[in-house]
Amino acid sequence: MLSYVIFSATTAGIYGLLALSLNLIWGGAGMVNLGLAGFFAVGAYASAILSLAGVPVPIAILAACAMGAAAGIGATWATVRLRGDYHAIVTLGFAEVVRLVAMNERWLTNGTDGLPGIPAPLKSVLGPQGFAVFYLCLVLTILVAVFLALRRLDRAPFGRVLKAIREDQDLAGFAGKNAMRVKLIAFAVSAGIAGLAGALYAHYQSYISPDHFQPLLTIYIFLAVTSGGVGRPAGAFLGAFLVILFLEGTRFLGHLLPGLSSGQVAASREILVGLAFLLVLHLRPQGVLPERIRPAPAQ
Amino acid sequence: MTDIIQAVINGVLTGALIAIPAMGLTAIFAVLRYVNFAIGPLATCGAFAAWVLNFRYGWPVLPAMAGSFVTVAAIGLAVEQAALARLRPSGALTVAIASIAVGIILENVLRFSFGNDLRAFDLPLMRDWRFWGLRVGPQQLQTAGIAVAMMAGVFAFLRFTRYGKAMRAVADNPDLARLFRMEPGRIAMATVALGTGLTGVGGALLGLDSAIDPMSGSRLLLPVFAAAVLGGLGSIPGAVAGAILIGIGEELSLLVIPATYRSAIGFLTILLVLSFRPGGLFGERAA
Repeated sequence: MLSYVIFSATTAGIYGLLALSLNLIWGGAGMVNLGLAGFFAVGAYASAILSLAGVPVPIAILAACAMGAAAGIGATWATVRLRGDYHAIVTLGFAEVVRLVAMNERWLTNGTDGLPGIPAPLKSVLGPQGFAVFYLCLVLTILVAVFLALRRLDRAPFGRVLKAIREDQDLAGFAGKNAMRVKLIAFAVSAGIAGLAGALYAHYQSYISPDHFQPLLTIYIFLAVTSGGVGRPAGAFLGAFLVILFLEGTRFLGHLLPGLSSGQVAASREILVGLAFLLVLHLRPQGVLPERIRPAPAQ
Repeated sequence: MTDIIQAVINGVLTGALIAIPAMGLTAIFAVLRYVNFAIGPLATCGAFAAWVLNFRYGWPVLPAMAGSFVTVAAIGLAVEQAALARLRPSGALTVAIASIAVGIILENVLRFSFGNDLRAFDLPLMRDWRFWGLRVGPQQLQTAGIAVAMMAGVFAFLRFTRYGKAMRAVADNPDLARLFRMEPGRIAMATVALGTGLTGVGGALLGLDSAIDPMSGSRLLLPVFAAAVLGGLGSIPGAVAGAILIGIGEELSLLVIPATYRSAIGFLTILLVLSFRPGGLFGERAA
């Protein structure tokens, strides 16, 4: 039971990083990243492949961040000037292409069989139990560090410029802010955090395959950010833990509804996730921890 | 050379099918100004509706397609009323994200009811026609024919009927349309019914050619978006032209890259179009 709690908390920490990443870009700049799972996958594969090739784990994780940020710039530079809808479509397509590459380039990613044996730092020294506790602490430390950095950013001039762009990009431009550059930087940082989350995930699981990076993951994170409160790092932080609680809670659905096949139970869980998301959007779009300064209503 | 001509023929035939949901997507965007990410699962709903009518109740192809249009239009209207309409004041992106949640629900309701197995339609087997070293399947021709007839129907509807003209007017300038006593709310609902109904038939037509499962519509998402973006989001003739070009591009690319990368063509097209000509072939300004 304890190891189950530790496992769930570690996963929640990794989701928390993803939620912070999404919150920076969505809550901050008002851009949608529907390809979060793709950037997560880029980070996971980058760190896994590098460390399997003998690169020390900390350096591999840093490289994964950089890869995520680079992928973010690559996916965004074409759409940063356009309406948000176009950007949403491109990021969605990006995640799909990442999955295609992961499934088909066997020489790099071992295809659908996945990559086994990814080094788990200090696992041989600490043993499985000790490793689980150590990794939970590591993930939570990184989560808190990123959280503090982003909260600092949120209150710094850069954060104010971002929110100004979210509310009215043209007006921010008139005020002398280079909106395109700010958006691109924000997206790169956000994608870098997603890459970091992916790397942490890969070294925790020590096995990754394309199945781990389903588009549904992106929806979980949207649910986390929306329910926690868009635009506030603390909201994203809280939302991630709420979502894990919700997901783990619905795991017991099968016991409540006997007579359903396992496929039907899985489908019911996803239906519940979709319904929960719609309910939050309708009933409490500002989330549990709303922004202190309310955003302007859309035109 | 024959390979290339064969690829172009196949591309036009699949492109005609992609065009139907692309028209639906772009029509909804033109009038309601949001991108509907639920069109993948809606197309799957259409495929399953047609399959149930054809396989379980023995309906022939044309009535099954009509049934599919009506079913999905009803689902689309219900979804718009229950889940999306009230979010419109929060902006187009919020509605788009909510449409993803709707898509997840629809897809999993299908998975819950029908399971993950592949299902095929009950159709007479016909031998391919061969000429000059080329092959064309009669079934492909029939589905492409239905698609072309539907396009003609949609164009006639928009050109000659009151509702069709009103839709174009609202898409062009909602405030002006209101001055002329058109009700944007009712026009919006009519557009949703038309757009989602088309999406459903598109899914059903694509299912006729192959087999269907709860994911088959979602696999269409990239080519359909690519068609709409290439033609210019909001332009119905653009969606048709874009779909044919995407169909041909996909088939031609299969001559040089592995078939598994087929949907990457859609993504590359989207990236290229948005980088160099964001309005698409016939579209409005995108910024």
